[in-house]
Amino acid sequence: MSKTVKVYSTPTCPYCVRVKQFLKDNNVAYEDIDVAGDQAKADEMVSKSGQIGVPVVDIDGEIIIGFDKERIRKALGL
Amino acid sequence: MYDLIVIGAGPAGITASVYAARKNMNFIVITGDIGGQAAWSGNIENYTGYQFITGPELAAKFEEHMRQYGVVVKENEFVTGIQKTGGIIFVATNKSKYQAKSVIIASGKKSKELNAPGEHEFKNRGLTYCATCDGPLFGNKNVAVVGGGNSALDATLQLIKIVKHVYLININSSLAGDAVMRSKVEASSIVTVLNNTQVSGVFGEKMVSGIKIKTKNGKENLIAVEGVFVEIGLVPNAEFAGNIAKNESGEIKVNYHNEVNIPGIFAAGDVTDVPEKQIVIAAGEGSKAALSAFRYLMQHR
Repeated sequence: MSKTVKVYSTPTCPYCVRVKQFLKDNNVAYEDIDVAGDQAKADEMVSKSGQIGVPVVDIDGEIIIGFDKERIRKALGL
Repeated sequence: MYDLIVIGAGPAGITASVYAARKNMNFIVITGDIGGQAAWSGNIENYTGYQFITGPELAAKFEEHMRQYGVVVKENEFVTGIQKTGGIIFVATNKSKYQAKSVIIASGKKSKELNAPGEHEFKNRGLTYCATCDGPLFGNKNVAVVGGGNSALDATLQLIKIVKHVYLININSSLAGDAVMRSKVEASSIVTVLNNTQVSGVFGEKMVSGIKIKTKNGKENLIAVEGVFVEIGLVPNAEFAGNIAKNESGEIKVNYHNEVNIPGIFAAGDVTDVPEKQIVIAAGEGSKAALSAFRYLMQHR
């Protein structure tokens, strides 16, 4: 069963681009949440991750801060 | 034992590994991340062959080029020590130990820290070293940018489109950096430039709520800000290279063959004292270092 993946990102953040590219390369479907223009989503990201910084990846509730390839792989079972 | 270990996978390390692969060397790459500072760059318009490419795109192209040769990359691994004994170079990391006949250090640079109380505690809790990444999260908030050179001016110019007010905290008596950027910053009605001032602390509860500043004549003050952007320059990632000669900025000294003071060890890119830190220069230096290492191995069979 595929997992629900959300990526909290800003359009200008280089590592956000890298995270999304990594997911695409591995054929992982994800919801891209642009927090730059959306205060409510930005707040949601801060409260979920306990920090202010992008990218944040939410894989079925597991919160991964930054472009941490190994943890993303593990969480997705890649 | 490997012929070569490449430390770092920015433009210098990746180019070195492409050359090493094409020389059929038995080697590995040890690195924290892929792309280095290039992956953090916004728009790149001066890398030959690309009139315009973004940092992440160029980093992806570099990585693709390296992976094409099946290079073994130990990612998310950090070198902690390097030592040469009896003709063998020992490389220790946070995960393992390796031996090689030659090494190329291409570990690049990282953001310089403030060394102020609260800095580590509030990192990513309002304090950041990447205005490009995290700037948009501070919409309509008061923030501080620390620094007075081009990177601080660049961060300020990005932020004035997003935030409510920017306090630019500059330790020197006037701003440095390009005149064009300086005048734009000075003309902005939402920027307050505080010269002769340094940050003496970062405070808050869960997230940053303010900074403590100190002027040259010892006067202390508090400013309420929710964001702190540290842009005070870069330092070489060379702490692990204890026995290797460096200049006063901590950059590894190399000659024009990319040799350091220990035979068999080479260095390339932003970690070295080569003038001008550019992607194209780092890449060129990486190729030179690989060819020098190859020649060294031929002579020391």
